[in-house]
Amino acid sequence: MNIVNQLQRQFIDFSTSLHREGFVDDQFTQLQKLQDENSPDFVVEVVSLFFEDCEKLINNMARALEQTQGVDFKQVDASVHQLKGSSSSIGAMRVKNACISFRSFCEAQNREGCLRCLQQVTHEYSLLKNKLQTLFTLEQQILAAGGSIPVVD
Amino acid sequence: MSDEDIVNNNLTALVVDDSPMIRKLHEMHLKKFGLKVQVAENGKNAVDLFRCGASFNLILMDKEMPIMDGAEATKELRIMGVTSMIVGVTSLDSIFERQAFMEAGLDHCFTKPLTSENIIFLLQELNNKNNEEN
Repeated sequence: MNIVNQLQRQFIDFSTSLHREGFVDDQFTQLQKLQDENSPDFVVEVVSLFFEDCEKLINNMARALEQTQGVDFKQVDASVHQLKGSSSSIGAMRVKNACISFRSFCEAQNREGCLRCLQQVTHEYSLLKNKLQTLFTLEQQILAAGGSIPVVD
Repeated sequence: MSDEDIVNNNLTALVVDDSPMIRKLHEMHLKKFGLKVQVAENGKNAVDLFRCGASFNLILMDKEMPIMDGAEATKELRIMGVTSMIVGVTSLDSIFERQAFMEAGLDHCFTKPLTSENIIFLLQELNNKNNEEN
């Protein structure tokens, strides 16, 4: 097996594991399908924007939960809601699911529960960031070796 | 409608959303179907575009935006006499809130994330609308 085939095999296995482990869902596949020769960096750009969004929203949630005079749970919920929307739009399934649990704690105005959820969301976001970075690196390696990126359905 | 008909259209669209990620995503989605797309980052910018004489066949309108939200912008555009197809795209899950958004003057309302099926549906609606008007 030459180097391109090896890398392509690695890519397919890694992609499949991302889906199997719930990091991404079909929405992410749809995102990948939107990329073409005219916009070869589309997925990377959208994912970068998503991570910028994540960081901003996670900071908002953290600040709101730190308020000692009384937490504005509506504000926290608004940020979680936004993050849920963004994550479902790119297929970041585990981040989205973490947001769903988070919202119920906001509704219950449970600060401790919210703080735990914030940790969970932050954790899922970091995991996903690493996973996608690995995926993009594999893609770059395949292209550099003269191969094409396999389509994984 | 044949696949060729779907892509060879002269349709223009405006994507209104405060999230740069969503703007990019929806813009690409629509471009894939052959539409010419512009973006606006909030309701006020969208309204201003129309005030300056721009027009679009389709507007994808987010609900939650700063300065002027989707419902306000939709109402404003309808008052101005805009007859474009205005489609809400929102992550709102309360039926009550979606109903309120529809009542602002939307033609349709979809939940995020937008799918290819949603777009094909809209293109068919736009095609029907064009046929009725001609």
